[in-house]
Amino acid sequence: MTDALLVLADGETFEGVAVGHQPSAGFATGEVVFNTALAGYQEVITDPSYAGQIITFTYPHIGNYGVNERDDEARIPQCRGVIVRDLARRPSNWRATDDAEGFLSRHAIAGIAGVDTRRLTRHIRAAGAMPGAFGVADRATLLAAAQADGGTDGCDLASEVSTTEPYTVGPDDATLYVVAYDFGIKRSILDQLVAEGCQVEVVPAGTSGADVLARAPDGVFLSNGPGDPAAVEQARRSVAELLGNVPVFGICLGHQIMSLALGARTFKLRFGHHGANHPVRHVITGRVEITSQNHNYAVDAESLPDGSAVTHLNLNDGDVEGIRTEHLRAFSVQYHPEAGPGPHDARYLFEEFTQLMRAG
Amino acid sequence: MPRRNDLQTILLIGSGPIIIGQACEFDYSGTQACRVLREEGYRVVLVNSNPATIMTDPEFADATYVEPLDVPTLERIIAKERPDALLPTLGGQTGLNLAIALHEAGVLDEYNVEMIGANVEAIRTAEDRQRFKIAMTEIGLMVPPSGIAYNTEEALRVGDDVGYPVIVRPAFILGGGGTGIAHDADEMGRVAEHGLAASPISEILIERSIVGWKEYELEVMRDHADNVVVICSIENLDPMGVHTGESITVAPAQTLTDVEYQAMRDAAFACIRRIGVETGGSNVQFAVHPQTGEMVIIEMNPRVSRSSALASKATGFPIAKIAAKLAVGYRLDEVQNDITRETPASFEPTIDYVVTKVPRWAFEKLPGSTPVLGTQMQSVGEVMAIGRTFPESLQKALRSLETGRLGLNCDPAERELDALGDDELVLRAAIPTPDRIFQVEAALRRFVSLERLHEVTGIDPWFLDQILQIVEARDHLAPVGRAGLDQVSRGDWRFAKRLGFSDGQLAFLWHASEADIRTHRVAAGVRVTFKTVDTCAAEFAAFTPYHYATYEDEDEIAPLDKPAVVILGSGPNRIGQGVEFDYCCVHAAFALRDAGYETVMVNCNPETVSTDYDTSDRLFFEPLTNEDVRNVCERLQEAGEVRGVIVSLGGQTPLKLAHELERSGIPVLGTSPASIDAAEDREQFNALCDRLGIPQPDGALATNADEAVAAAGAIGYPVLVRPSYVLGGRAMQIVYDDSDVRRAMAELAQGGSLGREGGLSAERPALIDRFLEDATEVDVDALRDRTGAVVVGGVMEHTEEAGVHSGDSACAIPPPTLTSEVVRTIEHYTRALADALGVVGLLNVQYAVKGERVYVIEANPRASRTVPFVSKATGVPLAKVAARVMLGATFDDLASEGLLRPPAAGGHVAVKEAVLPFNRFPDVDTILGPEMRSTGEVMGIDRTFGMAFAKSQAGAGNKLPREGTVFLSLADRDKEAGTVAALRFAELGFAIAATAATARHLEGHGIRVDTVVAKVGEEIGVDAVELISSGKVDLVVNTPRGRGPRADGMHIRRAALVHGVACVTTVAAAIAAASGIAEEAEREAEVRSLQDYHADGQLRLEV
Repeated sequence: MTDALLVLADGETFEGVAVGHQPSAGFATGEVVFNTALAGYQEVITDPSYAGQIITFTYPHIGNYGVNERDDEARIPQCRGVIVRDLARRPSNWRATDDAEGFLSRHAIAGIAGVDTRRLTRHIRAAGAMPGAFGVADRATLLAAAQADGGTDGCDLASEVSTTEPYTVGPDDATLYVVAYDFGIKRSILDQLVAEGCQVEVVPAGTSGADVLARAPDGVFLSNGPGDPAAVEQARRSVAELLGNVPVFGICLGHQIMSLALGARTFKLRFGHHGANHPVRHVITGRVEITSQNHNYAVDAESLPDGSAVTHLNLNDGDVEGIRTEHLRAFSVQYHPEAGPGPHDARYLFEEFTQLMRAG
Repeated sequence: MPRRNDLQTILLIGSGPIIIGQACEFDYSGTQACRVLREEGYRVVLVNSNPATIMTDPEFADATYVEPLDVPTLERIIAKERPDALLPTLGGQTGLNLAIALHEAGVLDEYNVEMIGANVEAIRTAEDRQRFKIAMTEIGLMVPPSGIAYNTEEALRVGDDVGYPVIVRPAFILGGGGTGIAHDADEMGRVAEHGLAASPISEILIERSIVGWKEYELEVMRDHADNVVVICSIENLDPMGVHTGESITVAPAQTLTDVEYQAMRDAAFACIRRIGVETGGSNVQFAVHPQTGEMVIIEMNPRVSRSSALASKATGFPIAKIAAKLAVGYRLDEVQNDITRETPASFEPTIDYVVTKVPRWAFEKLPGSTPVLGTQMQSVGEVMAIGRTFPESLQKALRSLETGRLGLNCDPAERELDALGDDELVLRAAIPTPDRIFQVEAALRRFVSLERLHEVTGIDPWFLDQILQIVEARDHLAPVGRAGLDQVSRGDWRFAKRLGFSDGQLAFLWHASEADIRTHRVAAGVRVTFKTVDTCAAEFAAFTPYHYATYEDEDEIAPLDKPAVVILGSGPNRIGQGVEFDYCCVHAAFALRDAGYETVMVNCNPETVSTDYDTSDRLFFEPLTNEDVRNVCERLQEAGEVRGVIVSLGGQTPLKLAHELERSGIPVLGTSPASIDAAEDREQFNALCDRLGIPQPDGALATNADEAVAAAGAIGYPVLVRPSYVLGGRAMQIVYDDSDVRRAMAELAQGGSLGREGGLSAERPALIDRFLEDATEVDVDALRDRTGAVVVGGVMEHTEEAGVHSGDSACAIPPPTLTSEVVRTIEHYTRALADALGVVGLLNVQYAVKGERVYVIEANPRASRTVPFVSKATGVPLAKVAARVMLGATFDDLASEGLLRPPAAGGHVAVKEAVLPFNRFPDVDTILGPEMRSTGEVMGIDRTFGMAFAKSQAGAGNKLPREGTVFLSLADRDKEAGTVAALRFAELGFAIAATAATARHLEGHGIRVDTVVAKVGEEIGVDAVELISSGKVDLVVNTPRGRGPRADGMHIRRAALVHGVACVTTVAAAIAAASGIAEEAEREAEVRSLQDYHADGQLRLEV
């Protein structure tokens, strides 16, 4: 066990021990955020939306059930590191094929364990998400590294994690053909679309609207992804071209990009929503959905144009969780109906997308 | 939809006496419900036979009925109160069963009472195992293959069909009574018979055994708009095969991937929807195959349960309180989360710590019982501990149990297994017992492989590895501190403390004193930190100071605004220390909060009202050990003014800490620890009684058998032998000769947990007292304030004679047979003792009265088990008054405030009866003796002693017959007095049956005996067991003969128990029963609320 430190950009320092990948620089940097889900660390670590970020797990025991080959959300994790209270050395689950330590090393993800993650979480809650650095380097080096990290504001990280080449999933005889923009798409989303009877062609973030329309899809899906939505300008222009021409469904970053394309604004939350227990009210039915969430930015309700209605609201803080623009046959949600990890309460949205496509 | 305005009055049914499988968790849920419903403006009518509960305190409902929980009584209450609705889901299985019975009897329809929270159809689908399985199969959930049987032949057929091993469960039972496992057809016959007898409808479910599968529970809530959330997931450390109430359980689930967890969540939601629980909480249990992940649903409880109490405490989400709100119309998103204040209750709590629950058993109190855990619940209580990691929470939980363990290892008891070979140790660990966790630890310490232990125990490898980390830490730490405590690095101190090692464990490991450990540890900069239970893993600010200790960087204790008082709770329920003490602690918290103090509760029992974050201003969920309590007190002293700590309301548990707390500079409120000693220390107490001229039975101290024999010889037999400093008469015996004395002393020196706590020594001698045969025992609860004024709260006369433990004896207020002269003497002695001991607060004194002579047996300057009973009987809130008095208020102050009122002593009699757990322990004799064995109590209250006694018997499940046959089997010494009882029964028109000797005696006194019964096992004639089994007896009077249970007496009592025939084991109780039967023949029992009893008959209080 090698002692390690975590230092935030504001100088706040935490003790721990180094786990996982040992970076040659002696440290890893990124924007420090926290996730409050009790299970699903494998999905969280492999979720491309965490590009540029260091993930703090608030649940103390991480790695209990190991990792397996089915639960990755992407082939390559994009996060910069993980912070845990305790990393299990002996996993136990019938599906496990590796332990957490091996998984982190294999994917070159640095980690720090033994941290008072509750203190860290409370600090972020009060001070906001901020860059940090952790590793075996001395405190001064770590502080300098943390302060040198620019965070995610203004960064088009989506284009960095997007696929470079289009690819297709789902059967050829599927009745619906969907083009999905990959801003950092999760496997669970593709699984849900395929399960609803779609064949999905996944295209790079920079694909133009005309290019997509030329493929004559039944609908277009805008994926989740990392970073500042306002920085993904090409995508916003593409989506503007698509709206009204084809049914559109967006999730998370895709929701933000669609909102921007509609003329709305986004803003950064102090520490975002990262977890699997956020209550969302479906405005029309009044039903409450427990949702999986992972976002640092949100759509400003006031800025939505006429014709776009807020369909889902976060019951904790009133944030916009979903919108619908009926005349453009487009809707989107800020949270993650595909779960992975998280509850399945909102999976009906995938069916709604197929209904919209079939109606169109 | 918000609050329902069409309802005005709501009826709540409590769960009755504390029994195994149904403990004070339902006091917690019921109390919460009462509070919420009244806050919402409803009129609440509560029925519960258990006077020790907080919910039956008159301030919690508009009308509180302490009456037997049966259909006729409830019908009378419904007819009188005319409730609009009945909320049946918060009173455990008892409440639910009664609701169904009321429906079936047509009572609910007749009086137009709506059942809210769950409907009859939903309850039936969930409770009837066959219907449940069909329903689950319908919605595509897997269930173990099974069949039902109504007799043993059918059972054998079903067993062959589903394949052995099978598990047999009786229908409509609670806590798993009558459940068993059969491995083959041979075992099936016996197990099926037992199960059929336990089911009220003689129905058993037989299913394929899934023993060894992983076991999980989800606590789910649903509102009427069909919003459903999971409050908590729980994983059992002990796999399937051990009842969840008998298992060590952990929250949240540890070894499920999100994929598996979400599948389970989906299944739980489908289940609650299919069952049709409209609103409220349910508990859904699952089993998962450890190698294939195959998941089956085991059962669901359509009501709040023991697990939901645990889940509430584990997450900070108050399930019962929210369930009550949902039942009256609210949706989850219309209810606020109390803890964050800004977010709604329609969410799923997430936690950033680990919770471990460990059951507490009482096998040592039940000679003849086998401490093997199975599908039937036998534990009497539980502890919960919170830590940041599993090892920390496990070690905290184990030291919370108060079984003499300091943690998982590193204490004198860790050597108990040293003599065993590895194979023997593994063999023992294969059998689930209370000691299994320690056997696993010992095996790992000897390098037995984790795989081998997993194979024999079924405990998941993740848990075993966590335990192994404690074992390895022990090995790493051992040499570290032996080189000198100042050599221990900050890193090692922190490493040890973060794994949950107590200072006591480190003291053992390093051959140092606990005080030295603390000094060096603090000097190294490793101090406790307190974190907050906040439902959200710190995502939102928490406004509820519900804390636990751990060893981290940051501490979250806010400064004190007002002077604080720390109240120490009573730890896990056990025989001798149960909900009564929680009542006292909770009352203290209420009274002191009202008086302007900041109240702080420390306790580790998740079932209780005291560990509800609403009860006190701050809650610390911590073990009640010196180290843990000191941590809380010292931290609070840094945060502001701590007026002191109350140790005298939680039973023996906190009392034991008084000296050490005082020594470490924490003021002990009320009676001083020195006075507590003067009462507990036999020599000091004898001297005090001599000085006051108060007679005591002759007695002596002995530390070994020779001294004991000599003492007994000098005193004269029979003598009472017992250890000093114990609770609930543990290990107390009445002995009649020298060899019995030697045997009793040997048991005290080595026996069970007593031995573990240190055995006998000069500091811990045995007490040898003359036993007064045929004396009447009397209990007194009194209060004294700092000015020396004394209030006698109640004088209770026991029905059973001295020698039966006071906790197991029925008793009455006011005393039915004592002369006023004797009562005056008792009151006089009580005042003299209170003065001499310098009591400030409560004092309990036990007396034996023989003729007109009053002997003092013992005095305890603390709250007694009878405080809530006395308070309910008289309307005087003794515990509240005591708490105020301990903080300096005088009776005059409290009388002018209105808190201290004159006792309601006119016009009614209250009888307390004990409830015993014998139906759970088939091999234990049901005879009463000096060792306390009751788990709970009921109260009967009415205008006369006879009727109050009859109600108390009905409440205790020993309903007295109106007519029929009384069977008497009397010990020689009881034959004279027994004649009086027999005569009464004959006059009431009962036929008399008796054993030969008893029959001869009765006939000699002119009483006609209709049936003379042969001795058990005799060839000629019908024996007593056959007579009882054939249903020809309606009441059994069987008094134990001479010096202990004799086989036939035991068989008779057991037969009565098994066949549900009322049974009394003393002549006094038989006479009381006769007067009750006589009264019931003359008039119908009335129902009357405590509020009404307390409102009239108030006499002037003589201070």
